[in-house]
Amino acid sequence: MNDHSAISVSGLVKTFGKTRALDGLDLSVQSGEVHGFLGPNGAGKSTTLRVLLGLIRKDSGEARLLGGDPWRDAVVLHRRLAYVPGDVTLWPGLTGGEIIDLLGRMRGGLDPKRRAELLERFELDPRKKARTYSKGNRQKVALVAALASDAELLLLDEPTSGLDPLMEAIFRGCVEEERNSGRTVLLSSHILSEVEALCDRVTIIRDGKAVESGTLSDLRHLSRTSISAELARMPVGLGGLPGVHDLRVEGKRLRCQVDSSGLDSLLAHLTPFGVRSLISQPPTLEDLFLRHYETERRHAEPVDRAGVAR
Amino acid sequence: MKALAGTWSLVRLILRRDRIILPLWVAVLALLPVAIANTLADLYPTAAERQSYLDIVTANPALSALYGHAYGSGLGALTAWRLGGTVLLVGLATLLTVIRHTRAEEVAGRRELLGATVVGRQTPLFAALLVAFGASLALGALVSVGLVAYGLPTTGSVAFGLSWAMFGWSFAAVAAVAAQVTESARIARGISIAVLGLCFVLRAAGDKDGPSWLSWLSPFGWAQRIRPFVDERWWVFLLFLGLIAVLTFTALALSARRDLGSGLLPTRLGPAVASPWLRSPLALAWRLQRGTLLAWTAGFVVFGAILGSVGDSAVEVIEDNPQLKAVAEQLDGSSGLADAYFAAVMGLLGLVASGCAMGAALRLRSEEANGRAEPVLAAAVSRVRWAASHLTFALLGPAVVLGAAGLAAGLAYGLSAGDVGQEMARVLGAALVQLPAVWVLVGVAVALFGVLPRFMAFGGWAVLAACALIEEFGRPLQLSKRILDLSPFAHVPKLPGGEVSAAPLLWLALIVVALAAVGLLGFRRRDIL
Repeated sequence: MNDHSAISVSGLVKTFGKTRALDGLDLSVQSGEVHGFLGPNGAGKSTTLRVLLGLIRKDSGEARLLGGDPWRDAVVLHRRLAYVPGDVTLWPGLTGGEIIDLLGRMRGGLDPKRRAELLERFELDPRKKARTYSKGNRQKVALVAALASDAELLLLDEPTSGLDPLMEAIFRGCVEEERNSGRTVLLSSHILSEVEALCDRVTIIRDGKAVESGTLSDLRHLSRTSISAELARMPVGLGGLPGVHDLRVEGKRLRCQVDSSGLDSLLAHLTPFGVRSLISQPPTLEDLFLRHYETERRHAEPVDRAGVAR
Repeated sequence: MKALAGTWSLVRLILRRDRIILPLWVAVLALLPVAIANTLADLYPTAAERQSYLDIVTANPALSALYGHAYGSGLGALTAWRLGGTVLLVGLATLLTVIRHTRAEEVAGRRELLGATVVGRQTPLFAALLVAFGASLALGALVSVGLVAYGLPTTGSVAFGLSWAMFGWSFAAVAAVAAQVTESARIARGISIAVLGLCFVLRAAGDKDGPSWLSWLSPFGWAQRIRPFVDERWWVFLLFLGLIAVLTFTALALSARRDLGSGLLPTRLGPAVASPWLRSPLALAWRLQRGTLLAWTAGFVVFGAILGSVGDSAVEVIEDNPQLKAVAEQLDGSSGLADAYFAAVMGLLGLVASGCAMGAALRLRSEEANGRAEPVLAAAVSRVRWAASHLTFALLGPAVVLGAAGLAAGLAYGLSAGDVGQEMARVLGAALVQLPAVWVLVGVAVALFGVLPRFMAFGGWAVLAACALIEEFGRPLQLSKRILDLSPFAHVPKLPGGEVSAAPLLWLALIVVALAAVGLLGFRRRDIL
């Protein structure tokens, strides 16, 4: 455990009755980075955050947060972090403004200037009673309360799930600012474009386990680039090339997927046939994500899961 | 009838969700009349004894205020009279059922989910009313059958059972209107209960020594003026039916006009910035609970004043009757008859104050279950500090309301008895001495919260209901002492006048501390659900 690690989790297990919500999860978030926590519904994202907040107790494994034990040191640690829950419920009789102030004060401080600025940017009327807010507006209340705090770590659980695209853009702007001011953000999401736009590093979680973790370029390295090319002559001998998949040749046109490691040899092979046009699409996180889940599903037979180390 | 599409599926859904609680209250309430009839038959076996009992009863304004007019000395008539206040529970059960399945569902957002399916605009309200009406009718039928089976006249039994059913319908309809008026289930519940209380007070005032038309304004008065087992006056049911029809149509009309989620009263804007004091869990708990506490306090002041003002006449009547005087003195081992009266009345208030305390304690669970504990606990607030914030109101709330009732009753009684200072202190003491027993019930709720949180609401109310049944009906039903002693209220000193010994109070305090410790330690260790 080094000084730069804001969150460090290893082998985390949490069961609810017979369900294994977290099954040996590893997660490491460096100080000052925006870390994407990606996974489909029910993968264990919220459970992880709730363990990190000391709201639920881990069964086994290690979890450290800002150098402390999230269960034992909960109160002390909570002064240094702000949390936006995935499903924001508020006290129906209090106004949005009252709730923002209350949460800020109980956490230990709120910047009134930043509060006013955020209210304006998110176009939130703080005088309305919480019972009249829509889901998106409730989300904004929690976001303003968190972003206006002086916390060094922000834990955001699917914070844009109720926001419209305009507000989502404003939210992205806010996270950019947080990053620039040196705050650490753990952003749980299932919206890939959001994570792709905001995050330095990403952890993908599935069935309570981290299946991939690294920078976006690390992860792209693991995946395939799609190539479509038009050649002067009909190409031959492509089938035997390493790392080439889904190959389709129609006359002088060629389409295929290629592993990052196979890119070099493919291009070298194509050049002699006279490349007239070449479109190379780097994998989006979307591809990566889908591919991961597809292959997981395809190989999700018991033998494979039990025997193969990842 | 497109507005009522899907009614049967919704009725089935309500019955599925209430499959335990609904049969439970119907069964418990249906057993009460037979049990009371049986006890009265044991105590006053001959016609002459019943006649002298009736004479005492009719001469006593305090008893008239509590139970209403007695119209005959037959076993059935006395049973109906003795249950004149108990019918309140029927109204309470139906109004809670209706709010639970109308406004509470709407607040929780589940109504919206249903509204998008093939369910008419009026269906949820209509289905909730159908279930409440059906349950009342079943209760009425069971009561009638029970009394007939016990050997009472059929006509009277049917009239009495039907009066209970109609009473239930009336307050289901009251709740249906209240659910349309406000945006909050809690306030809708408060309004309905306040109407129920007001109706009781109207009847009590009219039957005590006020003008008798006051009693004709209240369903409590109607239920008794049907005069079951004496000379059944069936036309009084027309009053019930008229009220039920007017309220039901009002509720349906209101619900047809308003938007989903809104009430009649427009929501006003509130402050954009929190007051400086709103900065801790305790301040939040105060903000959330102050309205409820204020309403309880107001109710206790009114109730205390009424009970205090009839104390004087209660004493006079008992003193005029040597036989009863001997009984009263022997029963409570105290010299003053007023003391016996106030000890009994404060025991009753102690039970009601337990309801206030239970409601405050259960805020813990509702805040947790609705996800509102999470943002507080994710701030720099320890679990015990958060739990203590709501428990402060569960512990001090009953002290406030009992104190208010004690002062009001003492003042009213002192004014009529001519010694304000001394009587106020004595009656106040009698009210506050209930607190240790109230706190034991809070302790049970806290222990459940720590160990079996999902069971807290049901368990807490069930224990309170069991204590209420033991306290109010245990003696008349001649239950064994071992069962009577299960209720913590059996162990508080019989004040005013009785002896105060430290041992039982210490034991109660010890039990409270132990239960609270179990609850808080359990809560510190468990997951937030």
